[in-house]
Parts: sequence; structure tokens; C-alpha cells
Amino acid sequence: MAPSKKRNVKTSDGENSQTSFKQTINTKTELVLQSRKHANCIFDLLEYLQSEKEKEVVFAISACQKLFCELLEKGELYVGQLPKEEEILQADRDADEKYHMFIRHRYNSCVELLLENIGHESYQVKESALCAVMKFAAAEGKHPLQKQDWSQHYNFPRELLSGLVWVLLSEKEDMALLISRFQEFLEMDDVRYYVMNSVRDNIHRVMDRNKRAEMSVYQNNVFTLLTNITMPSQGSEITNFLTKQEAKYEDWKAAKLKDHKRAFELMWLTFLKYKLPMNMYKKVLVILHDSILPHMSDPTLMIDFLTAAYNVGGAISLLALNGLFILMHEHNLDYPDFYKKLYNLLDPSVFHVKYRARFFHLTNIFLSSSHLPVYLVAAFIKRLSRLALTAPPTGLLIVLPFICNLIRRHPSCRVLIHRPSAADETCTDPYVMEEEDPAQCHALESSLWEIKSLQNHYHPDVSKAAKAINQALPEAEDDISELLELSTFELMEQDLKSQSQSVPLEFDAATGLLQSPREVLGLHFSLE
Amino acid sequence: MGKPVKKRSVCDKVRKSSAHEQIKTNPFEVKINKKKFEVLGRKGKHDVGLPGVSRSKAHNKRKNTLLKEFRMKNKANSFIDRRFGEYDIKMAPEDKILKRFAMERQRTQQKKDMFNLNDEEELTHYGQSLAEMEKFTDGVDSESDSEEKGLLSAEITASHFGGGGGLLRKKTGEEEEAKNKSRQELIEELILKSKQEKRERQTLKEETHELTEKLDQEWKSIQSLLARKTPKEREEEKDKPKLDEYDMMVRELGFEMKAQPSEKLKTAEEIAREERERLQKLEADRRRRMEGEVEENPKHTHMSADDLNDGFILDKDDRKTLSYQDGKWNIGEEEGEEGDDEEEENIDEEGEDDGDEDGDGGSDDEDNEDEEDDDDHDHSDLEDSQDDEVEEDEEKETSAEVKHTLSEEERRAIQDTARAELPYTFTAPECYADLKAMLQGHSADDQRIILERTKKCNHPSLAVGNKAKLEKLFGFLLEYVGDLATHNPPELTTINTLIPQIYSLSQLFPEAACRVMQSLIADAAHSMEESIEVKGRAAIPGLDMLIYLKIVTLLFPTSDFRHPVTTPAFLYISQALTKCAVVSLENVCAGLILCCIAVECVSLSKRFIPELINYLLGLLHLAAPSHTCTDYQVVPPFRPQGKSSELLHVCDPQSAHSWTKKSISLSSAHRITATTEKERDHYRLSVLYVCLDLVKRCTTLYQQLPAYQHVFQPIRILLAKHLPVTDFPSALQELHKEILEAIPETPSQHAPLVFDKKKPIPLKLLQPKVVEVLDYGKKRGNTKEEKERERLKHKYKKEFKGALREIRKDTRFLAHTKLSDVMRRDAERKRKVKDLYSSLANQEGEWKAMKKRKKK
Repeated sequence: MAPSKKRNVKTSDGENSQTSFKQTINTKTELVLQSRKHANCIFDLLEYLQSEKEKEVVFAISACQKLFCELLEKGELYVGQLPKEEEILQADRDADEKYHMFIRHRYNSCVELLLENIGHESYQVKESALCAVMKFAAAEGKHPLQKQDWSQHYNFPRELLSGLVWVLLSEKEDMALLISRFQEFLEMDDVRYYVMNSVRDNIHRVMDRNKRAEMSVYQNNVFTLLTNITMPSQGSEITNFLTKQEAKYEDWKAAKLKDHKRAFELMWLTFLKYKLPMNMYKKVLVILHDSILPHMSDPTLMIDFLTAAYNVGGAISLLALNGLFILMHEHNLDYPDFYKKLYNLLDPSVFHVKYRARFFHLTNIFLSSSHLPVYLVAAFIKRLSRLALTAPPTGLLIVLPFICNLIRRHPSCRVLIHRPSAADETCTDPYVMEEEDPAQCHALESSLWEIKSLQNHYHPDVSKAAKAINQALPEAEDDISELLELSTFELMEQDLKSQSQSVPLEFDAATGLLQSPREVLGLHFSLE
Repeated sequence: MGKPVKKRSVCDKVRKSSAHEQIKTNPFEVKINKKKFEVLGRKGKHDVGLPGVSRSKAHNKRKNTLLKEFRMKNKANSFIDRRFGEYDIKMAPEDKILKRFAMERQRTQQKKDMFNLNDEEELTHYGQSLAEMEKFTDGVDSESDSEEKGLLSAEITASHFGGGGGLLRKKTGEEEEAKNKSRQELIEELILKSKQEKRERQTLKEETHELTEKLDQEWKSIQSLLARKTPKEREEEKDKPKLDEYDMMVRELGFEMKAQPSEKLKTAEEIAREERERLQKLEADRRRRMEGEVEENPKHTHMSADDLNDGFILDKDDRKTLSYQDGKWNIGEEEGEEGDDEEEENIDEEGEDDGDEDGDGGSDDEDNEDEEDDDDHDHSDLEDSQDDEVEEDEEKETSAEVKHTLSEEERRAIQDTARAELPYTFTAPECYADLKAMLQGHSADDQRIILERTKKCNHPSLAVGNKAKLEKLFGFLLEYVGDLATHNPPELTTINTLIPQIYSLSQLFPEAACRVMQSLIADAAHSMEESIEVKGRAAIPGLDMLIYLKIVTLLFPTSDFRHPVTTPAFLYISQALTKCAVVSLENVCAGLILCCIAVECVSLSKRFIPELINYLLGLLHLAAPSHTCTDYQVVPPFRPQGKSSELLHVCDPQSAHSWTKKSISLSSAHRITATTEKERDHYRLSVLYVCLDLVKRCTTLYQQLPAYQHVFQPIRILLAKHLPVTDFPSALQELHKEILEAIPETPSQHAPLVFDKKKPIPLKLLQPKVVEVLDYGKKRGNTKEEKERERLKHKYKKEFKGALREIRKDTRFLAHTKLSDVMRRDAERKRKVKDLYSSLANQEGEWKAMKKRKKK
């Protein structure tokens, strides 16, 4: 029956002029709504959903949305377990029921088409399809298509939503934009809850299917979706629902913060269980401490992940520090050899990575304890100052006050900058940079000659900061918090903004581009 | 001498009067000033007063001074007899004379200064100082004087010393007359005679003087002709006593050239004004020539090539200049002559112009001058050739017609040259497009000249708005430089020629230059920062930015501790060296240029740039073959491994043999021309050579740093263990060896750090606090100046009050005197009137008595 109808549609469509598709769609929608006679016009509408033309598709989507929402409201859709289309005719049912089943089938195919359209190239189509699906979900919520008598189930269009999630978490296409549009719907607590559940399923299935290999596009989509989930901080905030539950509201999981948290936690753990690409790793770690850990019901479950990350080394270890810190600080995590690992994290790149500020902020916290052994603090100081020899000025402006602060906190480290007992004996630097154990690097026997060298640094502020070790340090600690985020340009602006009165000039008259009295460039390079 | 004596006497009088015991003890005279409270140890000056005494003292003083003045008022002069003891009646006249003589002697004998031994009594002869006489200032005068003084005329002696006898003897001839004449008359006659004689002598003397002077002058005029002395004269010279060396020197010093007043130094403004005027004149010339007006100035007379231009004309020039007409000598035809004149005139003018240029160029940059000169020479050559053509034409045609109207072709040719020639005045560009339009299409040298002329025409001292215009010009110029650098291929030679202009503009306006440079650097740094934030990495600065940085090092001192331009420039270099990934050979080149600039910047101050060392290490790391090594760590932007980590790896070891050291083109930061693998290898080797050279320079620069060894350790490890030096050319190997020698393997020894020695804090001193005693009431003002001011104000007030009081007393005194005078006069008059009345009454009485008697 359906194919023949379709053909009919096609021929009639060919007769009509293509320009007035809006009119056609509108009239057909009207017809379908007016009487059951014209139910077959739905096929025409669905045909439009597959159209090549973007405008037609968008228009058709809105028409379908309107149509089916109204039908749902009228209760024209078949409720309950839907038999197969072929079975409808065979079974012995009355016309009304058949009609309902027919409409229900068309509804299902419409949803399918819409989900397909979410993979459309045009964002406009995607967006309207997404909105339509969500409208359906809302309508279904009001007029459930399942029979209500099952007590376990709550009234929520789960299939619809999981279908949507499947489409959203595409393996081929970056859906970031659409997902951010979807965020609006994620504000609703029940939607969020069910999305989290279906995401978890989805990850399981997709990753298992792909044999746990890295899938950057897919994982990116998942990550975008996950980061777009904003968890409520209190149970009382959970009031915004897509669907209304009349019965057994109290037991509804979607209305409980605890279940939300658990779903959230499970979702993340599932996501993190699989191997992540490097940049994804970093991204996760960046947001871990303030948007994941607080919303987990049991943050300690993250220990495995964080420990693994901490052992990776480099920037990832730096980022893992933050999560570890929260676990240690708030959840009583005992991490053996933490300081030793921290010590070994220090390499020249700490001054160059993007997360420098965060790292120094945390290191500052870790080393703020006055119960640390002197050798450890001295080792940190010495290592930092050795690394400072390769640091850019912005890094130096952090690390120099940092070192001074450490010496202030641990007065027994003062020998590093003031050793009057052996003032006359010269010696080689006893510090062993390559030694991994801070207890055996002989830092305490050394002096901070590196800082002394940095007193000759080209930037006046750095030079000044390094000169602080020439005198006994004043009692008050320097505040490094505002230096942490200092960028090169901001540092430059200090010079650009201070309008000094006089501008000294070079007195050697310039005669050519490569002819200054101290020419180096001209020795190696020529104009031609 | 009289004054102090007088004063003393007054004082004495006063003292005497005040010292009267009687008065002091007289309770009616004494007034006791009331004191509020007693202060221990203070000696009161004014606790007891004697008002009567002080009043009389004041009165006496007034009488002695004010009253006398009052009496002398309106009287023209007075005679004060200051002779010693003139009015002293007690002194005997003999005593007076003796005393006076003694005083006179004393006065002359009295030495002014007891230590001045030279100041002795002046010796005289005939009332004239002997010292003066010894000087013999004027030979002629002294001669005549001696004549005059020495020969005493017989008459005078006779009349002076002969006494009566002389006169009597004279009488022999004219006894009769003499007898008639009285002695008075005789004397008058004598005086007259002597006067006449004197006058005669005077005239005679003057005459001789004049004659000698005239002779002198004549001698001088012919002296030069007698420069060659006859041998005889020479002998005479020899005979003369040899001049004392000292004398000669003294005279030489005397005749030594004194500082001559030179021409006034011109101020910068004047120079600028003259320069502009010159350019305006040239421009007007050029314009006229462009319009096709050939200047014709027949008034000029001929000037020969040998003319020194000193205004000297040997004679009236009536010779005809040589010219041709129709292939024949042309003599005597005015028009042909004129034509020639004109030509030569032109040539001369050109010559003068050149001279001008030379003169002015001296004040400017020397190379500028050269260029300009060249230019003008070319130009003059052109004109010369034109002139030659003119001459040829003349030969062909009749000169008269040709001279007056040059052929059309000529005219056009001149116009063309004028058009090709640069204008002499330029308006300062208002926007960048103006400048671009002004400069584009000209050669580099022309562009430089255009800029120079623009600068001169708009010198800030010439008009008010010029400063802003030129400041803007600097900005546009830099923009233009950036534009040139981004061209493909970059026009670096043009930039090179523009550098002196940029420099001189920056010298004129340091603030503007600073502002422009700052904004350029800030913009570049800002965009780099943004792209780092957005994309996580940034492109290495383009050639334009590299050129800007280089210009910064040329314009501003790089060794300053903090400088508004160079410090941001340093930061920018640092940012570029740490943030910009190296993915191609072009990037390597740009990075190397940055490194070179950085090394240049710190070559004086020897400041430490960690980024520079990191970058050089990274570059060398790119040349090392195996990247598994972990004994040194490269610093971002370089990575131990990666797709571009073998960028500088020389592919073919054979290419090392064909490599020769030559400088890399700056434009290779833009695009590398090398196409074949061999050329690229050569390029890599050149880059490595530069790298190693920079490392070597750094090792010498940072030798003094305590952490020297740690700074260079990674480079050392890389060079010693990983770099395939054996594949490199010998020049590179040598550098490699030198660097390894410069970096010690074993760390150097250092003394442990200690704090700087503090200055000991001085102990607190227990000095008494000195409180200033003020001569006025409260302590006012804090600083010394304020206090002094207050003191003076107070003093002035006090003095003013005192003076006012004194003046009042004076007027009262005077009024009192005047009144008493008037009263005295009135009394006198009354008395006299009374006398008169009484005498009249007497008369009357007597008359009446006589009448009575007569009646009787």
C-alpha cells in the first residue's frame, strides 16, 4: 500500500509546481488534521523530509512537528506494543485501531527521518530537526505511548532520547555546535538524567564495537556533550522537568540528586575507562577538579584515573596534580612518594606550558606546609632555580618570588643564599640535578648561583627580583598570585604605559641597516 | 679725620652726663621698669631707666645735628676750617706751626701697609717723580723737554735770580724806557716775552714731529722694495747687538695674532631656513625649466674661466670673445657674443650650484653629500651636453636666430630633464598613501633625497605645524619600511638607504619615535599573544618585524637597564623565541636573525638571555641525527622528537666539501631560494655556522656568570656527543672545537653565597639639643629660609616703628624750635617797637619841652 501511494505522490508532485511547496505542505498538513480520509498525505510530507532542498526540509520538519504534536495531543497514535506494519492488515482489528497503528508507524518513520536529518550538512536543518525531536519528546511525555500500568516505568520517552543521543554522538562528524544547542534541553533535569544514562550505554557499545581504539571524533563529541552537562548542586534545584509525573513522584530517580550524581559518575567513569587521545586527556584533567569531582557521589573512584595520569609525565602529570590535590585534601587520599614525584615533575617545560599558573599555584600550596623536611624544600628550591636558567621572563617573575617565599617559610634553607661559615672556600656545585631522590641531591650544601646569574637578566624586573637574595629577606611573603597569570604582553605593557619623560637615543649615527658599531647580524646576513 | 673726633666728643659728653652719680642716685630721676617675673641669671639691661637723662641726651643730640642742619637749610655752602688748632686759643702760634709740620711729615711717612716694602717715599727731582723720569716714553718729547728745561733762558735767570741787578743791567739799551716803565710794566713785558718764546718752541716742535712722521710713512711705503738688503746692510745688521731672546719672545707674543672675529655660527634654525630657501630656489628653477622658459639674462658680462670671482677687473674688458659664425671667426658681432655668454653663464651657474651643494653637504651626513653631488653632476653633465648641442647648432645656422629662440627640440629636451629631475620642495605627507605615492617609482637614492628634502622643507623651526607633520612622517616611513620588507622579493637595499633618514628623524623627535616603535612592537606582541591563546602557537615574526627590531637597535640604546622601547623589544624577541614553532628552514632563518639581534643587543651590557641559549640549543638539536638522547633537554618551542626535528640534518655528507662560507640573505626569512637538495644542504651548513658562531659569542659574553657552566652544559653535551661534526666543513669543525674549549667540562668553583655586607647602624648619639635663640617672639617657620624671613620681617617692623617715633620727635623738636624762633623774633619786634615808641615819646617830650621853653 505504501509504495503505491508514494508513487502517486511523486506523480502528483511532478504536476504541481515546485515553487509553492510551502502551500502544498501547509494544505496537506491541514488535510491530514481535518479528516482521516487524507491520512495518506503524510507520505507526501515525509517525502519532503528527504528532499534535496534545504528550505523544503526545514519547512517540512516544522510541519511534521506541528502535525504529529497535534495528533499526539488528540491521542490518534497507537499506545502500547506496536505490531509490525505487515501484521496490521493481517490481524483482525477494527478500522480505528488500524488507523492509530498506521499513524503510529508514520510517526516512527518521521522520527527516524528526523534523526537522519540531524546528520544533515546544513546546521539549520540539524537544529530544527533537533528541536522537533525534543518537541516530540515533550509531547510524548504528556501523552505517553507506553501503557501506564507498568509500575516500574516512569513516563519518559527513553527510546526517543537514546536515539537522539546516538545521533548526536556521531563517529564521523563533529557535533559540537548542535550539542551546545542541545544544552538548552539538558537544563531540564529529567532530560539530563536520561541522557546521562543513554550516553553511558552508548559509550559502552560504541567503544566495545571499535575494540577500545581511540576515536577522536566520537570521543570529542562525547566530551562536548559531557561538559555541557551542568549538574545541580542541591537537591532542591531539581524542579525543571520536561514531563510531569503524577504518580510516585517521590521515587522517581530523575528527581533525586543522589541518582543524578551516580549517573554522572558512572557516565564519566565509563568515558574515562577507555583510552583517550592526548589532548582529550588534558581537556578532561583541566575541568576535572571543578566540574567533575564535586558532582561525583564518590570522588575517590577517580583515584585510579588520576594516578595513572600523574604517572604519564609532562603536562598531563601537572594537570593531574589538581585532582590529586582535591582527593588528598578533602578525601583523605594517601599518596606515597608524592613529593618525590612532584620533584621529578620539574623540568624545563614547566615554565613553558599553558598550565604554568595552575602548576605553581598548586606547588605553592603543596610546599606551604611548615612540616616538610628541609632537604626536600632545599631540593625544590635548587631545582627550580636551576630550571630558571631556561625560563622566560614571565616564568622567572613567578619563580623568583616563589623561591624567596620558600626560603622565608623554611628559615633553615637560608644557607642556600647565605653561608657565611664557608664564605672563603670555593667549591663546585654539589647539587646533583640528575638525582631523582630529593633526599640525595645534596641541595642543602649548595648555593643559589643560578639566581646570582639571573641578576644579570636582560629584563629589569627579573633582575630586580633576583637581587632580593643579596640581602636578608624581609619577613613578609611576596604575593605571587597576581604574577601567576602574567603574560608577556602584560609585562610589556608596563613599559609601554609608563610614560617616561625622556627617551634616550643611540648616539652612534646609523648609516645602514647592517652597519651598527656592534654588528652581528651583518656578519652573517646580507641584504641580498 | 675730624669726624670721629667729633663723634667721640659727643659720646664722651653723653657718657659724662649719664655718669653723674648724683643723677643716678636721685630718686626723682630714676624710673624703675616693672617686671612681670624674675628670671634667674638674666641680666636686665632695662630694669632701671633715667628718663630725664635720656631725654636730655636726645635733645642735645638733636641740637647738635638736626638743629644745625635746620639752620643750614637753604644755605648754599659753608666753610669749615680744618686747620689744626685754628680756633684753639690756648695754643701758642709757634706750637701750632710746629705741630702742623710734624703732622704733615707724619702723613707722608705713614706706611699704608706695614708689610709692603716697596711702598717707599717717592723720590723727586724738580718736583717730578724720578721713577717717571726714568721711563723716557717719547724720544722726541724728552728731547724737546730737555732742551726746554735744560737751557734756562738768560733773561729768566736774570730776572729770577739776578735780583735788582739783572734788571738794572738790562736797562743799558733802553734805559730811557726802563726808567719810564714802572716795575709792574717790566714784569708784564717779561711774561709776555716768555709766553711768545714758548709758543714758538711749540710750533717748531710740532713741525719737526710732523716731518718725522711723514718721513716714516714714506720709508714704510718703499721699505718693501728694499727687501733685499745690500751686503753692506747685512754687515751692519751683524754689527748690531744680537737681540735678546727674551725680548724677541716678548715681542712675538705682543704681535701674535689675536683671536679674529669669525663669521657668526649659524643656529640650527638659520641653517634650516637657508636650506629651505635654497631648495625653494632650485625648485623654482626647475619648475621654470619644466615650463620651458629658458632664462635669458643678457646683462651679465663675460667672465673668464680664470676669474677668481673676487671682483678684480684688470682693465675695462674691451676684447671680443671668440666665437664662430658661418664657420668664420666672428669678431665684433654682439649677438653671437651674447649667446656665448649665456652658455658659459649656464656652466658657471652649474659650477656654483655644485659648490653650494658641497658647502651645505658638509653640515649634513657625508654620504648624503656624495650622493647628492653625484646627482647634480649628472644633471650638469646633461646640461653641458645640451649646451654642446647648442653650439653645434650655432655652427650650422645663423647664430642670431638660434640664440633668441631655441629650437623646439631643445626646449622639449630641457623640459624632459626637468621632469625627470626631482622636485626640490615637498609637502609633508598627510597620510600613508601620500608618502607611498611620493616615494613609489623612484630609485632608492632618489627616495632618500626626497625624504631629506621633505625633512628640510618642513623643519620644525620653520613653521608651527611642522613638528607634528614630521612626527607623522616618521610613523609613515616605518610603515613604508614594513611594506618594503613584505614585498616579494623584499626591497632591503631601499630600506638600507632610508636608515639614515629614519635615524635623523628619530633624533629630532625622540618621543614620537618612541611612541611609533612602541605601538609597532605592542601590536605585534599583542597579535602573537592572541594567536597563542587561540591556536596555541604563533607564526614566527615576519621579515618586516625583524627589520623593525633591527631598527630599534639602531635608534635606541640597547644597554639601558630599562628603556621604553628596547625593553619591550627584548620581551618581544623573547616571546618569539619561546613561542614560535620551528617548522621550516625559513623559520630557522628568522629565528637566527632574532638571535643575532639579541646578541647584538647584549654585547655591551652582557645581560643574560636564557631564551637565546635555549633557541640555539634547539637549533643545534635540529642538526643532531638521533633524537633518542636524554642527557640534555630541549626547551619549547623545540621538541625532542617530531616531524620537523631533523630540519637541519645535513642529508648528504658530500655537500660539506663544496660548501663555502657566505652570508645568508635576509630575505630567506621570507622565502628560501634554494631548490635542490644540495643547495638546501649548503644552506643548512650556513645556518649551523651562524649558530655555532653565536654560541661562541655567547660563551664569551656570559663567561662571568656564576652559572656559566650550567647554562652551557646542554649545548656542550650536544656538541660533544651528538652533533655529527665529522661530516661538517673545516670552518664549522674549528668553531666547534673552540666552543668546546670555551665551555669547561668540570664545573667551575664558586664561593658560597653570602648576603651583601650591611652598613653598620650608627649608635645613637647623646648630643644636647640646641635650641636656637630667637630675637623675636615665637618660633615661626621650619626651614632656615623661613626663619630668616620671619626674623627680617620682625626686625623691619621694629625698625620702622623706631624710625617713626624718631621722626615724630624730630618734627616736634623742629616745631618747638620754630615756635621759639618766632616768639623770639616777636619779642624782639615788640621790644624795638617799644623802643621806638619810647624814643618818639622822648622826642615828643623834648619837643614839647622846647616849645614850652620857647613859649616861656
